[in-house]
Amino acid sequence: MSAPIVEAVGVSKRFGGVRALTEVSVAFRPGEVHCIAGENGCGKSTLLKVISGAHRPTSGQVIVDGTTYDHLTPRQALSAGIEVIYQDFSLMPNLTAAENIALPRSVAGGRRLYSRTAARTLAERAVVRLGVEIELDIPVGELTVAERQLTAIARALAHEAKFIAMDEPTTALTWKEVDALFAAVGRLKEAGVALAFISHKMQEIFSIAERVTVLRNGAVVTSGRPDEFTHASLAETMTGRGSQSFDRVAPRNKNRAPALRVRGLGREPLFADVDLEVGQGEIVGLAGLLGSGRTEIAEAICGVRPAQTGTVEVLGKAINVRSLSDGVAAGIGYVPADRLTQGLFLDQPIGDNLVATHLPARRGFLNGPAIERRKSSVVRDLRIKLGKLTDPVRSLSGGNAQRVLLGKWLVGEPKVLILNGPTVGVDVGSKFDILGVLNAQSLQGLGVLIISDDVPELISMCHRVLVVRSGRIVRELSGDQLREDTVVEAVTA
Amino acid sequence: MRRVLANQELLLIGLMALLVLAVSLKFPDFFGLQTLFNVLTASMVGILFAVGVMLVVVSGGIDVSFLAVGILSAYATVKYGPQGDGPFGALPVFALSTAIGLGLGLVNAAVVIVARTSVLIATLATSSIYLGTMFAFVGGEVISTLPQPLQSLGSTHLFTAKGAVRGTTSLNILILVVLVVCVLVWAFLRFTIAGRSVFAVGGDAEAASRAAISVPRTRVLVFAIAGAVAGLAGIISVTLSGRADPTTFMGRELDTLAAVVLGGVAIAGGKGTVRGAVLGVLLISLVTASLVPLGIPTIWQRAAVGALLIAGILLQTAIGRRQRIRPILDAPAPEVTNA
Ligand SMILES: Nc1ncnc2c1ncn2[C@@H]1O[C@H](COP(=O)(O)OP(=O)(O)O)[C@@H](O)[C@H]1O
Ligand SMILES: [Mg+2]
Repeated sequence: MSAPIVEAVGVSKRFGGVRALTEVSVAFRPGEVHCIAGENGCGKSTLLKVISGAHRPTSGQVIVDGTTYDHLTPRQALSAGIEVIYQDFSLMPNLTAAENIALPRSVAGGRRLYSRTAARTLAERAVVRLGVEIELDIPVGELTVAERQLTAIARALAHEAKFIAMDEPTTALTWKEVDALFAAVGRLKEAGVALAFISHKMQEIFSIAERVTVLRNGAVVTSGRPDEFTHASLAETMTGRGSQSFDRVAPRNKNRAPALRVRGLGREPLFADVDLEVGQGEIVGLAGLLGSGRTEIAEAICGVRPAQTGTVEVLGKAINVRSLSDGVAAGIGYVPADRLTQGLFLDQPIGDNLVATHLPARRGFLNGPAIERRKSSVVRDLRIKLGKLTDPVRSLSGGNAQRVLLGKWLVGEPKVLILNGPTVGVDVGSKFDILGVLNAQSLQGLGVLIISDDVPELISMCHRVLVVRSGRIVRELSGDQLREDTVVEAVTA
Repeated sequence: MRRVLANQELLLIGLMALLVLAVSLKFPDFFGLQTLFNVLTASMVGILFAVGVMLVVVSGGIDVSFLAVGILSAYATVKYGPQGDGPFGALPVFALSTAIGLGLGLVNAAVVIVARTSVLIATLATSSIYLGTMFAFVGGEVISTLPQPLQSLGSTHLFTAKGAVRGTTSLNILILVVLVVCVLVWAFLRFTIAGRSVFAVGGDAEAASRAAISVPRTRVLVFAIAGAVAGLAGIISVTLSGRADPTTFMGRELDTLAAVVLGGVAIAGGKGTVRGAVLGVLLISLVTASLVPLGIPTIWQRAAVGALLIAGILLQTAIGRRQRIRPILDAPAPEVTNA
């Protein structure tokens, strides 16, 4: 085995009272993809930030190419050929993609003058090498999340790096872009670059890794080759609990009015002629590539960006949604992308978190007793295991906190719940919790529309999957057609 | 060429043209060199202050100490500095005032970095300290006899033309200094890594530091430049007015801040241009200059500036809210025509 390029030795990191990392040692070798796996909050990102110099470790060292550092600076790390694709991208929103890609190395290299054309050329080369398209000349803040992710990736690939760490780089990407990324990873591997890779998607870990290290609560639990694990055993090592699986969902009740019925929805130049139906107790998937219009359709239905044409009915009653609050009032709940992972006030009481987005009120005044009743009923429905409603969310286990998040959206008693990427960036354990809650709610009559990239998840959860392409619904898959290969084919055709 | 002028700057130019047109329709004399020279002269000091403030605002934070820096630098220089003689006698005077401004800028930077406080709070404090220092230790009386070189510089004009009604109208040679500073700051922001770092820090300081940019060093540089430019503005103001009055700028911070905001400099940081700041100052000077022929009492000038500031902020939010919509739908299939 070749000598490691980058090595963390006995690294510990505390944030105030929180121990994010405890005595973590990992080695990254040339030509090897090393996956760091673990549940949300186990310390994966913190480890990468210590290696890139963004965090100073409380104790322990980082060894780069044989040189031992107690505390790397970002500048030393960059100069030594360490590139990190941060989970939050760490891009400057006001600068163009080209400049974001070019600037860090110019700074680390001690350059004094900046040339816009040189930056543009460098960025263009990096983007072409990655095999994707990004608009390089507008501020990054105006790009979509996926384009920003691609910019961050291109930035790491733009220079001759010795070590590239990727913190959940595929979360915001669709299959096509993930393929491009993996192809690039393959080339880097051949060129002898050491790679660290973080993902919650099992298939990705197993298809790309030469080595897997599992973190739990900030400490290394185990490290080995992927063929020493199965999907189930890896999930079990990460969560520390037994493996779980779903019952195939129950068939839907066809006799009742649909929870949601959409006819001829359109908005130039985004989407047109959208017809769809979600029955009571039905779970429908909306699949499509990034930029296919899937998010725009969902946002139009719930009122974030209303449609120009078409009708929307909830439980057979026509409604007119001009804003998000119209949607909520009519019984349409919308969980936007990223919300589930970021929507909690951790130090506030569980009960207050539950009603934070939806407070029962009477003539403008809060209705105290109704609020308390609502809190208790959601806790009962979702089987949230808690001490008292007044305990902070932080006291809950991960899975239960996830239930609180969903509970927030269920407090308003929606008739149909639209979720945009509900399990994006969520670890295996919590993912199961979220899907379990959705499943249970649908059995009680809630209509659910899930927008997702995760094909296995769509297939295990949904009665039907609608495929969106270029702003139109082009296929409906159900029953026997609902297989991984058919969905992928329909979406990318 | 698409982005040569941002929308907001075009709007400012349009607004100025409209204003000139409106006033000229009523008073044809208004349209002429005299108004141009008046507006430029009135703007010279303001432009320098605005360019310095713009730098600080772009790096993230609102500076309110620039006028105190400017007047303290200039007043102390005139009172205790070299009297200067010979053809370049003004040079050491200008250099000293600029250097004092630079030093005061470094003090600003030190307070912001060491106290880890916002720029607004830090410069509110230092601004009071600078003014207090001036009145307590330097003096508060108006000095009406300037060093000889400053006096002659004050009456050295680049252009002189016949006045619109009578007499002559002229543009001081110091406009060239203002121009040079603007070009230098523009080039600094555009062509140097340090200049780009100012934008990076203002956009996202944490991301900038992960990109190897030293945030404290960038802040020190920004405050040093802004301080030096303010010191220069102070001495130019003294030279042009022919007297050093410590109360000159009292309470005029809003004029500069409004100009900067009107010029499209984002209050939240990370965005701004020299050109925008200059246009903002010119617009405000033009508004003030228009009030006189229109017979509106100049006390309304302050209200007009306030109104313009609100307009500028509304404009920024409107521009910020505008989203690019990328078409998703395929173009409709071409109609098949049967021959
Ligand atoms: N800047 C910070 N301040 C305080 N706590 C932090 C900070 N960054 C991370 N943490 C805490 O450290 C732990 C590990 O976080 P992180 O490394 O982001 O986890 P992961 O990437 O595995 O999801 C979490 O408990 C998180 O709350
Ligand atoms: Mg993370």
